[in-house]
Amino acid sequence: MRGKRLQQIRTIADLESLRESILQKRDSGKTVIRTCISTGCRAKKSVKIIDGLRNEIRKHGLQDQVEIKKTGCHGFCEMGPILVVEPENIFYCRVKPEDDVDIVSKTIIDGNFIKRLQWKDPGTREHTKYERTLPVYIKQKKDISFNCGKIDPTDIEDYIASGGYSALGKALATMTPAEVVETVVASGLRGRGGGGFPTGIKWRICSAAPGDIKYIIANGDEGDPGAFMDRSLMEGDPHSIIEGMIIGAFAIGARQGFIYVRQEYPIAIEHLSIAIQQAEEYGLLGKDILGAGLDFTIKIDRGAGAFVCGEETALIISIEGRSGTPRPRPPYPAIEGLWGKPTVLNNVETLGNITKILSKGADWYSNIGTDNSKGTKIFSLVGKVRNTGLVEVEMGTTLREIIFGIGGGIRKGKRFKAVQTGGPSGGCIPISKIDMPVDYDSLRDAGAIMGSGGMIVMDESSCMVDLARYFIHFLLFESCGKCIPCREGLKQMHHILTNICEGLGERGDIETLTELGRFMTTTSLCGLGGTASNPVLSTIRYFRDEYDAHIYNKKCRAGVCKNLFEYYIDEELCNGCTLCKVKCPEKAITGKKKKPHMIDPQKCIKCGICYSLCKLEAIRVR
Amino acid sequence: MKVPIIVDGLRVEIDQGTPIINAARKAGVFIPTLCYHEALKPYGSCRLCMVEVVHDKQRRLVTSCNFPAEGGMEVFTDTSRVRQIRRMIVELLLARCPEVLMIRTMAKQMGIESSMFKKREANECILCGLCVRFCEEVVGVSAIGLANRGIDREVATPFKVASDVCIGCGACTYICPTGCIEMVPDEKTPRLRRMKMGNLTLVPCTNNYQCESCPREENFLAEMKNVITEFRSTYRRFTEKK
Ligand SMILES: Cc1cc2nc3c(=O)[nH]c(=O)nc-3n(C[C@H](O)[C@H](O)[C@H](O)COP(=O)(O)O)c2cc1C
Ligand code: SF4
Ligand code: SF4
Ligand code: FES
Repeated sequence: MRGKRLQQIRTIADLESLRESILQKRDSGKTVIRTCISTGCRAKKSVKIIDGLRNEIRKHGLQDQVEIKKTGCHGFCEMGPILVVEPENIFYCRVKPEDDVDIVSKTIIDGNFIKRLQWKDPGTREHTKYERTLPVYIKQKKDISFNCGKIDPTDIEDYIASGGYSALGKALATMTPAEVVETVVASGLRGRGGGGFPTGIKWRICSAAPGDIKYIIANGDEGDPGAFMDRSLMEGDPHSIIEGMIIGAFAIGARQGFIYVRQEYPIAIEHLSIAIQQAEEYGLLGKDILGAGLDFTIKIDRGAGAFVCGEETALIISIEGRSGTPRPRPPYPAIEGLWGKPTVLNNVETLGNITKILSKGADWYSNIGTDNSKGTKIFSLVGKVRNTGLVEVEMGTTLREIIFGIGGGIRKGKRFKAVQTGGPSGGCIPISKIDMPVDYDSLRDAGAIMGSGGMIVMDESSCMVDLARYFIHFLLFESCGKCIPCREGLKQMHHILTNICEGLGERGDIETLTELGRFMTTTSLCGLGGTASNPVLSTIRYFRDEYDAHIYNKKCRAGVCKNLFEYYIDEELCNGCTLCKVKCPEKAITGKKKKPHMIDPQKCIKCGICYSLCKLEAIRVR
Repeated sequence: MKVPIIVDGLRVEIDQGTPIINAARKAGVFIPTLCYHEALKPYGSCRLCMVEVVHDKQRRLVTSCNFPAEGGMEVFTDTSRVRQIRRMIVELLLARCPEVLMIRTMAKQMGIESSMFKKREANECILCGLCVRFCEEVVGVSAIGLANRGIDREVATPFKVASDVCIGCGACTYICPTGCIEMVPDEKTPRLRRMKMGNLTLVPCTNNYQCESCPREENFLAEMKNVITEFRSTYRRFTEKK
């Protein structure tokens, strides 16, 4: 562990000489074991694995030749804990504490691969030896999440060694604040928190706003359930967010910054706190940063975890110490924000882009992506795909490439039905649009949103009406309840959708939902109500036949809405294995061994046990 | 700086940046509102005041209670879109508060017989927040607040702790558009009035805000200490002003 640093970095030359001395001290031939200690892997005992590895290494007297590096998230959490052995780049996943002995003796000492720890493609069953050849990674473009899983997020020197803080050095030494703003404008970067507002324009408005006191806030609230790209960035590469904030502070003239992190992210809070403290010790935060006369400090603020607190005005009110409820705009925060002062509020991933833009230039950046959506975006790919996790791709990559190329297609050989993008208030996109490029405008035109980058993949077993009901139910309790369209609209929507799912749908319901949904979109006070009807409107647009079937035929073909279907056994397919009969809790299944079975619809409670058990898929829905 | 703007074809000169609704009032154009009050900061919750604005060749819907007027703006307060929005809001409110006279009158004026929405409730509060904001911004007492999120949102005492910071001024009763707040005499000290709204009753302090000798149980005092100390200064200021 490093002791307290007495010699602060005072100039850019200091920074460069420090970088050089760190790199010189490194021994490139040394074996480094990179292990993830972020939320996902830590939950699967990665800390215990590290302790075990340390012991084994000591036992073999290899302390000087092998280094263990604790890193942030690789994005492939489902396969965690993940471990990479360098310089060979050997990739192991689903490592258990018991594997420590083998890893050290077989791989580190003998240089052999351990097959059972390698990644096996669930489709082709092929094993992958190296991280760099992992199919899931090859198709990605890891610009923003590059450091995640590579560097030790709790060691500023590791960040500096990988080129960290050089973008800040460049900005302070060679650019004026206005030039920084214009570089960000020229890059075409748009906010990654949901709205997609051009970041440079926001900075320009704020820097032009009158007033001496200005603030910059990083939004790490990430209230979207199932999404964790912001968490993994904060845990895995906290300095890139801090560096982005310092550059932003320089550009707009702020002296104080805040990072708003939800309480439920203790590791993110810990890593950010360590990073801030180290940056202060090294003189990269505080007074006269890099001798350029910039004073800037950062505080961490903990959010209480309400979804609506991620909305910019609610977040600002929450930092002010009052309960987080959105307020009408204008005035926009860039003019009148925290404590009435001009404030830039950016998502943490947006800020993560800043260092790349500054160091490689606006031209380089604006060449990545599509006409109106530049750069890369991290998505959280979950649901019925084979490979779930975080994926970073160039804007404009098709849904097919993400879901089938990287995600490996649908699990258990089922068929793709739809993908829901943009979190709970996103929209569902059907198979007919699978070749659509993913960027802000295409998603909006398709009735969905980029949101923060959540992607939930659904197969044929999902009922789209039930899905819409599910999201509306979530939003009903997450809405702040301040404005009428959102609060009352969601209540009525939920009521109508519940009725449809229970078989009480009536003629006219679809029209009422559509009218109400459009009304909510145009009239709600904040983005929550403004996007809340997306799940309903998009499913009506693409899956209207399912709504019709629910309302008019009282049928749920996906077999989800219990009142609207029944199970039956296909006599042709059933071989009479008796498995379902034995497991049915209601004894609703009858039949002789090796003869087709039958379900008594009167007794069946539709628990679905038989349906998921039958290997021959003889149990059907009608 | 005075700038010209056009409201429904009528030209008025107003200060740059004042809310559109003021311009409309100056032009004599009526825009219905439920959560707006001159004495309070714009709140933007009812959305009834929405109008269409054409500015810099852009046409958009905004809430007139907070949207700043700018020179050259053209405002339309009675387009079919605006009427459609008002209608939808009233239909939603009618489903929430079918008994409230004011809502029923509004509905009648728009020719709405009964709400198209089937989920009916028997609420009387429309959560416009006028009472809460008046109590905070004008009276300076904050005896009531808005608690909970989403469909559970309601007017309640701060942190839902029993509180006796209400001074019984009656401002909330006066301002509430639906008339769901009453002032009732306190049982023990009839000269003090209590604020009463549904199940929520605020007890005015009977000990003249001398917390040190509060006859109430200790844990209540501990809970309320901060709220009360803060209030006492405000209360004094308020009573001295009178
Ligand atoms: C209901 C709601 C929730 C939001 N949650 C988040 C969030 O968790 N994180 C985030 O960065 N932005 C969130 N936003 C978007 C913010 O309001 C804001 O637009 C964004 O943080 C601005 O940063 P950007 O321009 O870098 O995207 C949310 C918006 C709404 C309406
Ligand atoms: S849209 Fe919903 S969350 Fe936003 S202010 Fe209105 S009620 Fe609150
Ligand atoms: S009690 Fe009356 S004034 Fe207060 S929020 Fe409800 S309707 Fe508005
Ligand atoms: S008056 Fe209620 S939103 Fe403007």
